[in-house]
Amino acid sequence: MLRYTFKRLLSLIISLAIASLVIFAVIEVAPGDPASFMLGINAAEDTLAALRAELGLDQPKWQRYLAWVGGMLQGDFGTSYQYRTPVSEMIADRLWVSLPLALYALALSTLIAFPAGIYAASRRGKAGDVSVMGATQVGVAIPNFWFAMMLVLIFAINLRWFSAGGFAGWDKGFVAAMKSLTLPAIALALPQAAILARVMRSSLLDVLDEDFMRTARAKGLSRGAALRRHGLRNAMIPVLTILGLQLSFLLAGGIIIEQVFYLPGLGRLIFQSISARDLIVVESVTMLLVFAVITVNFLVDLAYAAVDPRLRARA
Amino acid sequence: MSLLTISDLSLSIAGTPILLDVSLTLAPGEVVAVTGESGSGKSMTALAVMQLLPASAVATGQIILDSNDMLALDERALCTLRGDLVGMVFQEPMTALNPVQTIGKQVAETVRLHRPDLDPTQRARDVLDRVGLQAIPLSRYPHELSGGQRQRVVIAIAIACGPKLLIADEPTTALDVTTQAQILDLLKQLATEDGMGLLMITHDLAVVAEMADRITVMRHGAVVEAGDTPALLANPQHPYTQALLAASNHQVDLPRSDEQAPLLRVQNVVRDYTLPRTRVFVPAGTHRAVDDVSFDIKRGERVGLVGESGCGKSTLTRAILGLEPVQSGTITLDGTPVTDPAVRRKMQVVFQDPYGSFNPRHRVARLISEPFHLLDAPPPDRDARIASALTDVGLSPEDAHKYPHQFSGGQRQRLAIARALIIRPELVIFDEAVSALDVSVRAQILDLIADLCRQYDLTYLFISHDLSIVRTITDRVLVMKQGQIVEEGATEHVFTEATHPYTQTLIQAAPTLPGAA
Repeated sequence: MLRYTFKRLLSLIISLAIASLVIFAVIEVAPGDPASFMLGINAAEDTLAALRAELGLDQPKWQRYLAWVGGMLQGDFGTSYQYRTPVSEMIADRLWVSLPLALYALALSTLIAFPAGIYAASRRGKAGDVSVMGATQVGVAIPNFWFAMMLVLIFAINLRWFSAGGFAGWDKGFVAAMKSLTLPAIALALPQAAILARVMRSSLLDVLDEDFMRTARAKGLSRGAALRRHGLRNAMIPVLTILGLQLSFLLAGGIIIEQVFYLPGLGRLIFQSISARDLIVVESVTMLLVFAVITVNFLVDLAYAAVDPRLRARA
Repeated sequence: MSLLTISDLSLSIAGTPILLDVSLTLAPGEVVAVTGESGSGKSMTALAVMQLLPASAVATGQIILDSNDMLALDERALCTLRGDLVGMVFQEPMTALNPVQTIGKQVAETVRLHRPDLDPTQRARDVLDRVGLQAIPLSRYPHELSGGQRQRVVIAIAIACGPKLLIADEPTTALDVTTQAQILDLLKQLATEDGMGLLMITHDLAVVAEMADRITVMRHGAVVEAGDTPALLANPQHPYTQALLAASNHQVDLPRSDEQAPLLRVQNVVRDYTLPRTRVFVPAGTHRAVDDVSFDIKRGERVGLVGESGCGKSTLTRAILGLEPVQSGTITLDGTPVTDPAVRRKMQVVFQDPYGSFNPRHRVARLISEPFHLLDAPPPDRDARIASALTDVGLSPEDAHKYPHQFSGGQRQRLAIARALIIRPELVIFDEAVSALDVSVRAQILDLIADLCRQYDLTYLFISHDLSIVRTITDRVLVMKQGQIVEEGATEHVFTEATHPYTQTLIQAAPTLPGAA
């Protein structure tokens, strides 16, 4: 297990190094000079040069890459061209919204999907299975922004249980903050739950046909006990894969939901920075998201090994 | 007082009748075998006793197990009986255990369910010791054990609570002969020591000839004959039993071969597999699957290759087919290395599972004419060749328009042979080609091969784990162990006067029917 963890960790570091190079290169070749963007098209050439020097844009590319990576390692993400504030602060503020939102949505999605998937699998072909599968079909089909607007209409405008948008802030207390994240989390979670439930069901059904499930029944376990004790863990690998993908998506891909609910999250930050050619912010947020995705994958790999002893042995 | 009484058991699954008035009794300490070919309903009879039938099954009649009316009990009551009063061992030890749970936990679970008075872990240890796994810690996972060891774990699970009845459904079919002999000994010993009733389900009469007190022969869901083992084997009454016995002992009338010059030459072949690296700066280790193997096959000669799983016979076969790179040595057919694509048309292979080797969406004509791609130009008389290939293997030319699923297992194997022979290869390789077939079908296919030898002077390499088949269908035999050929010689000579201890072990372990040569 230690050797496996070490190997996965090594591959994580290599992936990060490659990702940072690619991000830097792509942003470098993108058209648009931040300095001229900031000063407007009528700026004088010497003012531009002075600003470029100040921003460090006149240095050789490899030096800028090293300075960028070195800075990030020390928690210094540079200074936003647009707002002239440290990028690390901007990201930290936004992360305090996006990360709880993603985890909240993931928890909701798991809480809905696991019981639904297990229930459907245990009544394969019966009415319960058919109705759960029908519901997930609808869940997959509904666009999440439309669903978010419906939530706002019903729970914020008609019932007035939640506010229609905005983020209360953590200084207002945990309950208030979580309350303002609840509708967005539901909007994010439901389509994910629908997918996860389907994966859970089909993965369990595959396992139910395995010979060892018959052995479990021959021991005297009831159908349900056999499913819980021997079926679930064997069905987890595909479910973990999807869970990992969903967490990555929720971190970065909540941008539409953030717009609908006016949440100051990472998605909005990256969108605004791209429009303003605030390349240092774009670079840093992208790098952060890549880091998050790769870390999630690393955790999923560890979870695989925890679930399946054969993977531990193979590494 | 009998332990198990099945009377007039009839069973249908989704309206299809599976069992018809099956009756059977078993006394404590008795070993009863239920035998028959695939589709005879023998496994369903076993599952009916356990009441582990598919959801759509409807059973009538009576199954009384130790005064419990199994058909009348509700699921909750059945759960308390399963694993406690009756244990079951299954065919596939590779998949019968939960891969993500330690064997100790899996054995202890049965104890925990039924015997709260016992310490589950201690009991698991005791039972595993009893089935011969003294050296295996409880913390092992199934993938760390061999097939025979896994089957012992499955047996340990079944006997952990000291059941009165043990049902074994083809317990040794997936195992090597020497392992099979050990598992059969173990089952017999457990039944004797505990006075446990043993219901053995098997397709192989030879397996139960030595251990069963009584045999019940089934066909198409009905019992055709039942009786004491010696009497039934010596003097079968029903024509089907007679046919089954004859097929199990089937001797092929193999024409004499006139051997000529060497056709296939295997010289000092070595195949190493690189093992996964364990350390970064130490070179990876290797596993030698084929170790300095040399032999010739002469034109017109029929050669057998026997050995247990993992001995390297599959690797050697792939190397001969030119599908596997070899580290040293040469394999030539008619003087040309087998890796040369031109040699491909001179060699064809017939695999164990014909269904898996056919594209289910192609028609027979296309399937069996596939080897024509190996020729420079397709033969002008393609349809005539397809028709004659089908006739040769005992099918009709009209079958060319059917799909593979429309054939039975034996007919599919005929198709596979037709496909192999359609371009008149110089060498045919039969890779466990009859291992998955029922005995009566197997006898027919072996006869077909002998017929084709008469017609076309076939040269073939027949790979099998079943010694009795190799004995009747080959002129010369090679015995392989751990990558090496340990013995070779004229088939009959090797079987009667084996010199290598391994060959002797193999021959001894192979179950035989009384009266078989």
